[in-house]
Amino acid sequence: MTGFLTAVSGGLGQGAIYVLLALGFVIIYKSMKVVSFAQPAFMMAGAILVSYLTPRFGFAGAVIVGVIGIGLVALAVERVAIRPMVGKAVFVIAIITIGVDIVVRVVAGAFVGTDPLLVGDPWGLETVSIGDVQVQQRHIAALIAMIVVVVALMLFFRLSSTGLAMRAAALDQEAAMAQGVSVGAVFALSWALAGGLAALAGVFAAAGNPIDQTFWVVALAALPVIIVGGLDSLGGAVVAGLLVGVVESLVRAYHSDLFPNLATNTGTLAPYVLMMVVLLVRPHGLFGTKEVERV
Amino acid sequence: MTMISPDQRPQGAERRLEKGSETPTAKRSRRVWGRPDLYTSYRQDMAMLNTRPKQLGVLAIVVVAALLPFVTSDDLLKILGTGLVLSIGAIGLNILVGYAGQVSLGHAFFVGVGAYAASALAGDPEGRYLGFGVDIVPVWILGGGIAAAVAGALVAPIATRLRGLYLAIVTLGLVVIGGYIFTEWRDLSGGAQVGRDAPQPVFLGSELTIDGAYTQEQKLYWLFLVVLVISAVLARNIARSRVGRALAAVRDRDVAAGVMGVELGRYKLIAFVLSSFFAGVCGLLLFVANGVFGPERFTLLLSVQFIAMVLIGGVATVSGSIMGAMLIALLPRISAELPSFLPFITSAANEHPNIFEVEIAIYGSLIVIFLLFEPRGLFGIWVRIRTYWKSFPFSY
Repeated sequence: MTGFLTAVSGGLGQGAIYVLLALGFVIIYKSMKVVSFAQPAFMMAGAILVSYLTPRFGFAGAVIVGVIGIGLVALAVERVAIRPMVGKAVFVIAIITIGVDIVVRVVAGAFVGTDPLLVGDPWGLETVSIGDVQVQQRHIAALIAMIVVVVALMLFFRLSSTGLAMRAAALDQEAAMAQGVSVGAVFALSWALAGGLAALAGVFAAAGNPIDQTFWVVALAALPVIIVGGLDSLGGAVVAGLLVGVVESLVRAYHSDLFPNLATNTGTLAPYVLMMVVLLVRPHGLFGTKEVERV
Repeated sequence: MTMISPDQRPQGAERRLEKGSETPTAKRSRRVWGRPDLYTSYRQDMAMLNTRPKQLGVLAIVVVAALLPFVTSDDLLKILGTGLVLSIGAIGLNILVGYAGQVSLGHAFFVGVGAYAASALAGDPEGRYLGFGVDIVPVWILGGGIAAAVAGALVAPIATRLRGLYLAIVTLGLVVIGGYIFTEWRDLSGGAQVGRDAPQPVFLGSELTIDGAYTQEQKLYWLFLVVLVISAVLARNIARSRVGRALAAVRDRDVAAGVMGVELGRYKLIAFVLSSFFAGVCGLLLFVANGVFGPERFTLLLSVQFIAMVLIGGVATVSGSIMGAMLIALLPRISAELPSFLPFITSAANEHPNIFEVEIAIYGSLIVIFLLFEPRGLFGIWVRIRTYWKSFPFSY
C-alpha cells in the first residue's frame, strides 16, 4: 500500500507538470484552433533560462523573470511565424509550430553545455513523510504551483475583461471582433500565456535532475494529455493531466510485476496507450466538444 | 488546361470502342506543332507526361541521373543515393498528407517496419537475429513494403475515426509505441545502441555492397534509382487514377466527398496502405549502404524530416517530393561545410552549437520559411520559373 501511495504521489507531481503544459496547449487551441507543437521547446528554453538566472536573482526571482522571458519569446514567435498564417489551413500552422519547435530547441540546447545544468530549485530529491508515505518535496511544490495557476487562470477568465475577451474570441471570432475585441491581441496573449506556463512546467520538470538535450521529451507526454482531456477543455486538461501522471507513475512502479519479460520500463508508453484507448471510446476526448460537421 | 465536360468523357463500352478504333492517323492529329497545351482528347489531357517538353525533360533527367555515377565522386554518390531512397518515402508520405490530406507524424514507424521486415526476410537463418534467408532482392523489397502496408492497414481503422490534429497526435503516439517495440524485440532489432544487419542486396550473382567492376556506391545508386523510378511512376499513376481523384476529394472536404459517394473509410485505408508501402520500401533500402542500423533511427525526428521533405518539395506533387528529399539528403553535407564559414559552429559532437544541431535547425527554419513564403515548395518555384518563360516577354 505504501508503495502504491508513493507511486500515486509521484504521479500527481508529474501530472501537475503535464497540467501546466496542457493548459498552454488548450489556451492556444481555444483561441486559434491550432495545436502548438512548439510547447516542448518553450519548456526546455524556460528551464534553461531559469537555471542561468538563478545565480543572479535567486530561485524565486529567476522563475518569475524566466516565465515572463519565455512568455515574451512566445509572443515574438507568434508575431513573426504564426500571425501571417492566420486563416490558412490548421495543419499548415501546426507544421509551422513543429519547425519553430525544432529551431527554438536547438538554440536553447546550445546553452546546455557540458557541465550538468541545474535549475537551482530548493527541493532537490528531498522528501517529507506523510504517514508512512515518503513524498518528494518537488512533487508537492509542483502540485501547489499547479493549483495556484489553475485558480488564477479561472479568476482571470471569469473576472477580468481581458479574460472575457479571450472567452468571447474562443467562442466566435467574428462576433467578438464586432464587439470590439482585438482578436490579434487575444492570439498574442494566448501564446504568451502558453509560453509562460511551459516555462513554469519546465522548472518543475527539471527540479532534482540536471537538464540535458533530451529534456524536451517530457513535454511530448502532454500531447496524450490534451487528447485524453479534449483539445478545447481547460477542466479536461487538469483532470487528464493528473490522470495521465498517476497512470504513468503506477505503470512505472509496477512494471516489473506486470511485464517481467520487458526490460525497458513501460511507464513512458502508458500515456500513449491510454490515449489510444480513450480515443477508441471517445474520439473527442473525455471532456472535448463534439465537432459538428457541415458541408 | 483544357476543360472537358463530363458527357464528352468516354466511358464504359464507348471507351473500349474508342480504344479499338484507334488509328495511326487519329494519333498523329493529336499533337499540333507549337501548341503544346492544345489537347485533342481527354486521355491526352490526363496523360502522365501531357506535354512534349515534359516528356523530353523527364527523359533527360532520368538519363542524366543514370549516367551521373560515371562522373561523380563516391562520397557524393552515397549522399545522392540516400536522397533517392528518401524520395521514395517522401512520395509515400505525400500520398497520405498531400493527396489525401491526412496529417501523419507516424511515417518513421512504417519506415521502421519495412526495414525490419526486409532485414528479417533476407537475414541469415543461422545468424544472431531473426532471419529467413530469402536473399532475392525483389522478394524482400516487396516483402518489406507489404509488411509495412499491413501495418498501415492495421493502424488505419483507428486513424479513420479521427481527423486533423487528433490524427497527427495519435500517429505521433504510434512512433513512440513503435520505437518501444523495436527496442524491446531484440531478436529482431538487436536492441538499443546495438542494431542489426541490413539486408545485403545480391543481384544477378553480383554482390552490390562489394566493390567490383563498379564501386559499391555506383551499384547501389543504380538500384535505388531503378526502385525510385518505378515508385514515382506508380505514385503518379495512382494520383491520376480514380483512387487519386477520390483521395483529393477526401482532402478538399471529406464530408462533401462522402456525400458524393466516396467511401471515406475505404479511401483513407487505401491512402494509409499505399503510403506505408512506400515508407517500407524506403526503410529497407535506407540502411543497405551502411549495413547496420539500430532502433533509435525511427524516432519522431525522422517523421519530421519526411514532413519537411514533403513541405519543402511541394505538397501533392511527385516531382516535388523528390526535390525535397534530395535537398534534405544534401543538408548534412551543406552543414558540414558551415564551420569553415561560421567559426562559432563546431564539428565536434560534444560541443554546441555543432553541425548536427545546425542541420536540424536549418530544416526547421526551412519548413517555416517555405510555408510562410512559398507554400507550394520547390515545385512552386519551378512552376513560377516555367510560367515566366512560357509567357515571356509578358509578365502574366
